[in-house]
Amino acid sequence: MRGARSKWAPYALLVPSLLWLLLFFAYPMVQAFQLAFQGFGGGWSLEPVRTMLSDALFVEALLTTLGLLALIIPLQFVLAMAMAMVVNDKALRGRTIWLYIYALPLAISELAAGLVWFSIFTDNGWLNSFLNAFGVDGVVWLDYEKPFVLVLALVLAEAWRATAIIMVILVAGLQSIPDDLIEAADVYGAGWWQRFRHVTLPLLRPSIRVALILRTVLAFQVFAIVITLAGRGLTVLSAESYRWYAVYQEENVAAAYAALILVLSLVAAGFFFAIVPVKEEQQPQ
Amino acid sequence: MSRTAERTATGEEQRRDAGESERQERPGQRRRRRRRSLILYGTATLLALWVLIPVYLITIFAFTTRNEVYEYPHAFFPKNLSLDTMTFFTTFAGVLPALGRSVAVAFLTLVVTLAIGAPAGYALARFIFPGRNVYRLVVLSTRAFPIVILSIPLAVTFLSIGLNDTIWAVASVHTALALPFAVLITSSVFVGVPGELEEAALVYGCTPFQAFRKIVLPMALPGLAAAAVFTFVVSWNEVFAATILTVQSPTLPALVLSNLTASPLPFRFAAGWFLLAPSLVFIFFVRKRLLGLWGAQ
Repeated sequence: MRGARSKWAPYALLVPSLLWLLLFFAYPMVQAFQLAFQGFGGGWSLEPVRTMLSDALFVEALLTTLGLLALIIPLQFVLAMAMAMVVNDKALRGRTIWLYIYALPLAISELAAGLVWFSIFTDNGWLNSFLNAFGVDGVVWLDYEKPFVLVLALVLAEAWRATAIIMVILVAGLQSIPDDLIEAADVYGAGWWQRFRHVTLPLLRPSIRVALILRTVLAFQVFAIVITLAGRGLTVLSAESYRWYAVYQEENVAAAYAALILVLSLVAAGFFFAIVPVKEEQQPQ
Repeated sequence: MSRTAERTATGEEQRRDAGESERQERPGQRRRRRRRSLILYGTATLLALWVLIPVYLITIFAFTTRNEVYEYPHAFFPKNLSLDTMTFFTTFAGVLPALGRSVAVAFLTLVVTLAIGAPAGYALARFIFPGRNVYRLVVLSTRAFPIVILSIPLAVTFLSIGLNDTIWAVASVHTALALPFAVLITSSVFVGVPGELEEAALVYGCTPFQAFRKIVLPMALPGLAAAAVFTFVVSWNEVFAATILTVQSPTLPALVLSNLTASPLPFRFAAGWFLLAPSLVFIFFVRKRLLGLWGAQ
């Protein structure tokens, strides 16, 4: 198996996937930047980028995307950490069932989650039905004149949907922490919080970094959930990209938005890579 | 009594009681443990309700009459269960063809992704070769990439070669999206199959292909099935690329999204449930492999 023939075997096995990634990943990525810097008559130009920057909705889209990210990610980490600690607690019975319940939203799409929370926040929805019992009636939640309420609805919906992915990564990380380390801290008199702060959290760094990067990159592409819950009341970068492509049919400006999302994602990934240090021996192979 | 002294005393007592049952522990300790247990189960239950209540709410909306959907305030326990809302959705113009396209795209994605992803996963699992780490890094970094950036340029390309608005176009983007995950997942599946067994088969005269088919494949099958489910989910859920790449022949999520503002409430609620329900089933099928699938690093 490891003879002369096997020298080429791994490469032969990798080639199809590499070709696919080249064709459908690398090439479109280069093309996106090409389109973004192409004049409407062809040739290099800053026209699309300038159109994007001067668009009335650009600043709103950028700020909403960043704002949502800043609100959602900390909330999700707290929720995900709570779920992961609960599921990893040896005193809890039926841990696989609890894990299953918390993991349910893993496969739920943005669109489905948006519709679920729409049924809660819409005028005749569940939230108003609930408040009705307390004499509060007819609050219009999803109102484009109340951007803060729209943001809050989006934060809740995203926290509901996308916490599971962080939770799963954290649980996988927690399971790789040897029990004797926690027990040792216990023996030396560390309380729950001290054990968590000084033993669990540092050892969990590789998982936290992966989860942060993955979640942030996904948050830059938030799309369907905004359309379902906020309609035209709020806009984000990917929704603008969609609008410029499908409504105005200006693929160059749409590509400029797409390129911006990529650049922001890379910057964010680099940022988390730098601020969450991971010791050499903690690196996953 | 100082805290240290107390701890020593408790320790001695425990040692003395070592032979007896746990019921003999001091009342204070028991109370502390009960309180801890209460916090643990309380937190666990609250978090579970947070996940489950919205699922319950959309479900009762989807399985009631259209009249009850419009009624206000809604009853938290439905008065009459009915398929009325659901039928309204499935018979809505274009829904069934879109559903067919969604399933077709997801299957295409699944087949292509596994056909080219699993060999790569196998290579990562079984061979040490120059460039292995570079390839791993490429895969790891592509899995987090924005679908938005791929969709727009690819839509332009597909339009120029006449492939736009087809299931092939959508499936090829979905494959690019799922492929990095599939490589990582299948790689960890193959790592789980002992290489010694394969080598033994080779020693006894199997060709490498026979060894793979007769020894590795049967053992890897459950893991590969889970990878297939994962890939299917990625495609079933994807909406941005599907919306950009289709016009006349959308997938189900693309159809729902483009009809959103024009559609009545029962349509939206039923659509929400319809898109969500398969996900719950998928998660159930792969419940024992959740960490390996979504936590794969």
